Amino acid sequence: MEQDINITITDRDGVKHQVLAPTDMAMNLMEVVRSYELAPEGTIGVCGGMAMCASCQCYVLSETTLPDMQDDEEAMLSEAFNVKDNSRLGCQIQMTLEMEGLEVELAPES
Amino acid sequence: MITTDILIIGAGPTGLFTVFEAGLLKLKCHLIDALPQPGGQCSEIYPKKPIYDIPAYPEILAGDLTHKLLEQCKQFEPGFTLGERAETIEKQDDGSFIVTTNKGTKHQAPVVAIAGGLGSFEPRKPILENITNFEDKGVEYIIKDPEFYRDKKVVIAGGGDSALDWSIFLADVAASVTLVHRRSEFRGHLDSVEKVQELKNVGKINLITPAEITAINGVENVESVEVTKKDEAPFILETDHFIPLFGLSPKLGPIGDWGLEIEKNAIKVDNALDYQTNIPGIFAIGDVNTYPGKLKLILCGFHEATLMCQAAYKIINPGKRYVLKYTTVSGVDGFDGTRKEAPKAVVKAID
Repeated sequence: MEQDINITITDRDGVKHQVLAPTDMAMNLMEVVRSYELAPEGTIGVCGGMAMCASCQCYVLSETTLPDMQDDEEAMLSEAFNVKDNSRLGCQIQMTLEMEGLEVELAPES
Repeated sequence: MITTDILIIGAGPTGLFTVFEAGLLKLKCHLIDALPQPGGQCSEIYPKKPIYDIPAYPEILAGDLTHKLLEQCKQFEPGFTLGERAETIEKQDDGSFIVTTNKGTKHQAPVVAIAGGLGSFEPRKPILENITNFEDKGVEYIIKDPEFYRDKKVVIAGGGDSALDWSIFLADVAASVTLVHRRSEFRGHLDSVEKVQELKNVGKINLITPAEITAINGVENVESVEVTKKDEAPFILETDHFIPLFGLSPKLGPIGDWGLEIEKNAIKVDNALDYQTNIPGIFAIGDVNTYPGKLKLILCGFHEATLMCQAAYKIINPGKRYVLKYTTVSGVDGFDGTRKEAPKAVVKAID
C-alpha cells in the first residue's frame, strides 16, 4: 500500500525486523512495535502513549529526520534509564511518509 | 481476618465498578491495592488527563472518573486495604480463599476478582550496581514517614513532582536536602518548581543540576554518594539517605505465581462465559486479563465486571433464583440503609 513505509526495528533480543508501518492510521512508533508484537504486552506502551513511562524508549540508528522533541518527551527521557544521545520515545513519533527507511533499536526494559 | 463476599485485587475503575454491580446483587466487596489511594492508574499516573471514550461522557478527567465511581458505589460500603500488595493466595477446604498482603493483612472470601490492571506499581530503581545492598540501609524509593529523616542528611534524585514535593517538605525536617536531577528543567507543577527555587535561593535546598548519582558508598549503611555533573569530574557527597524518586512502573508481581494461566503478561480467562480463570472462584477482569480479541479499555472492564458479578452470585448463593433487575425499576438499596429510586408518577384526575 502506498501509505505504508518500510522501517527496521531491532527488538530487545537484538533481532532485526523489517516491517511495514501505515502512515494513515495515526499510528506512532510504539504502536507499530505493539502491532507486530515485537515486545511483550505490558513491557511497552505501559502509560498508553502519554510520554509518562519511557517503556517505549528506543535508539534512532538512521539519519532520518524526526519531529523535534516536545517538553514532555524531553522531561521523561531526563528521568528514564539507559538514555543515550539518540534516545527517543516511540510514542511521540507519529509515522509519516518522510520516515521511509527509519531504523531504531528498542532500549532495554526498565 | 477481613471477610467479604468478593475480594477485589486492584482499586482501579474496574474494581470500583465491581463494588456497584456486586452491591445490586447484595454481595459485599473489599478491595486491596498497593497504591495508597483508590483509582489505580487513573489517580496515580494521569489524574489530570481527559478520557474521551467513557460512554455518555464526551470528556472526563481520569481523577474525576475515580471520584464518580467512588460516589456511585459508596452506599455498598466497600472495605479497603490500601498501600498493601496482595502477596499470597491459599484455597481453603470450604472452597474460599485467603489472600495475604505483604504487610500480613489477611482477607477471606469465596470469590476473588483480580482487577489488577497492569500489575502493582513498583518504584523504578536507578541502575547502580550495589543499590539493592543499601535498600532500607539508607536507600529508600518511597517516603513513608518524613519524621524518619529528621536531622539527617538527605539526597533526593529525580525531576518530577514527587522529587520536588519531598525536597520542599524535607527542607524543614532534614539536616540538609540535596536535590540532584539530570537536567535543569523540572516537570512538576509550576508552584512546586518556584518553591524549590525559593528554597534554593535561601540555601535550604542544595540543588545540583544537570547531574546524576553515579555511585553509592558505605560499609553497612549509606555514607556518601558520588555525584557527577555533566562534563565535570565526579565528587563525593556525604549523606545518610539516598532517595531516588523516578516514578513507578507496574509489574504483575506475586499474582504471576498464583498458578493462574498467564499469556502476554496477562491472566487468561473464559470470555465466552464469566471471565473466570483456570482456578474456579478466581476471576480476572479489566486490563489484567486476556482473551481472543481483548481490548484494554475501561469500558470493557465495566462490562467484564458486570458479568463476573453474576457468576459470583451463583457461587455464593448456589441454586438461589435471581433475575436481572433494572435500577430504574427497582431502585438501589444501599447496605448503609439508603435507598435511591425513581420518583413515582403523579396520579391526579383531570376535571
